[in-house]
Amino acid sequence: MADPRTIAELGQALAAGRVTAALVAERCLEAIAAQNASLNAFISVLADEARAQAREADAAIAAGRRRGPLHGVPISLKDLIDVRGVATTAASRVREGHVAAGDATVVRRLRAAGAVIVGKTNLHEFALGTTNEDSAFGPARHPLDPSRSPGGSSGGSAASVATEMAYASIGSDTGGSIRIPSAACGLVGLKPTVGAVPTDGVVPLSTTMDHVGPMCRSVEDAQLLFDVLRGEPPAAAPAREARGIRLGLLREYFMALLDAGVAGAFEDACARLRAAGVEISEVSIPHAGDIAPIYLHIVLPEAAAYHAVTLEHRADAYTANVRLRLEMGRYILAEDYVRALRGREVLKTEVDAALEGVDGLLLPSLPIAAPRIGAETVRIGGSDEPVRNVMLRLTQLFNITGHPAITVPCGTTADTLPVGAQIAGRLGADAALLAVARALEPHLGPGTSR
Amino acid sequence: MTITLWLEHAIQDADRRGLPALRPLLEALARATSALRNAGWNADATGQLDPRRDG
Repeated sequence: MADPRTIAELGQALAAGRVTAALVAERCLEAIAAQNASLNAFISVLADEARAQAREADAAIAAGRRRGPLHGVPISLKDLIDVRGVATTAASRVREGHVAAGDATVVRRLRAAGAVIVGKTNLHEFALGTTNEDSAFGPARHPLDPSRSPGGSSGGSAASVATEMAYASIGSDTGGSIRIPSAACGLVGLKPTVGAVPTDGVVPLSTTMDHVGPMCRSVEDAQLLFDVLRGEPPAAAPAREARGIRLGLLREYFMALLDAGVAGAFEDACARLRAAGVEISEVSIPHAGDIAPIYLHIVLPEAAAYHAVTLEHRADAYTANVRLRLEMGRYILAEDYVRALRGREVLKTEVDAALEGVDGLLLPSLPIAAPRIGAETVRIGGSDEPVRNVMLRLTQLFNITGHPAITVPCGTTADTLPVGAQIAGRLGADAALLAVARALEPHLGPGTSR
Repeated sequence: MTITLWLEHAIQDADRRGLPALRPLLEALARATSALRNAGWNADATGQLDPRRDG
């Protein structure tokens, strides 16, 4: 029998005694040992701890005390999430000597659900970047092509799940850092509604736009993980079928700057959705052109406030690019930050309006396929565009407004690099969004490769 | 403070602090700030819409 591919499948196999948590954890550790040197996905591997947690999970199952669908499931954590007794590096030399005094709330919840923590994954330093290149531990690399970035900032998390080093990873998303690498690596990634999942014990980037969420291999897995992370009883919305689902397609600004391969895969996916009976109509965000300036004037000063002391006293410990971006935030005037907060309310109203009469908003997740490591610009439609700006372009809106958004694989480019479709839902209606995404998933694309 | 004056001061300060590499980033930020200030949803103290702004 083939190894279970998803958490849902693994949970059934564990509950039925077809595999043990110890064996599953060992296979993940073997995958890490075999591939981490080339992909640089993990900053720290918690092998002994994972083996001990897996043995405990097996003993509990044998005693009839299975705790639920995550029981015995190997999971990785982006290394800006605190695990008691382990360094939280945030991929920065600034954090040298740090040891977490306690678990982040999300880690406590994962442990209570019986998950096995296999290690902590590489990221763009302090989550301030989209490629994972600026890391004190060197860049994480794309599983399908190591000359490319897996996306970021949760790049190591995506690489770990795509290569079976873990069944899922917990990432953070301030401008797209769960959805961008998930899309680039052919995974499902959920940015929940702002505030739905606690961020305490997670190194902040932008306190009003930080989100914590799952990166995994199916929408069903995202639902299982989300239920545990939010710490409340499961709130699954009724299952739906694709026929009759209504989606608002965001075109204009959102489709104006797309790589041809991404555009082709996305349009093909839209055609498959229509053939399945999904009703797609165009909607707009009137002030979409202001998204990037609003985002910049919130994220940079909020990040600069957190880093102000270390920028003064340990500036050389940052990577050069991240230091410069943090320094930018120190020059933004308070009046412009307030203007951006006003802009946030405008965009929030416009997203709410676009959602009226539809079940979700549909747009690509990432305008380009995984970029080459070291590339500063990417050529789209005859012009050279900055990689960072392009990669944030389609995701940052929902960090500003707080609406939940999920990326689901929707095909590949001619180079066989994954492409993701993004679906956004109403504030607080994460379960409804997941139900829609689950219904659409089989029609969007083939899912992640193994 | 006008964006022109802000940018001039910011670049001078960055140079003084030994961060000349900040200049192009500050220039890009100035363009973003200009877009932010000209967005149609900004209120002003006159209570009247500025015709330079979009809808």
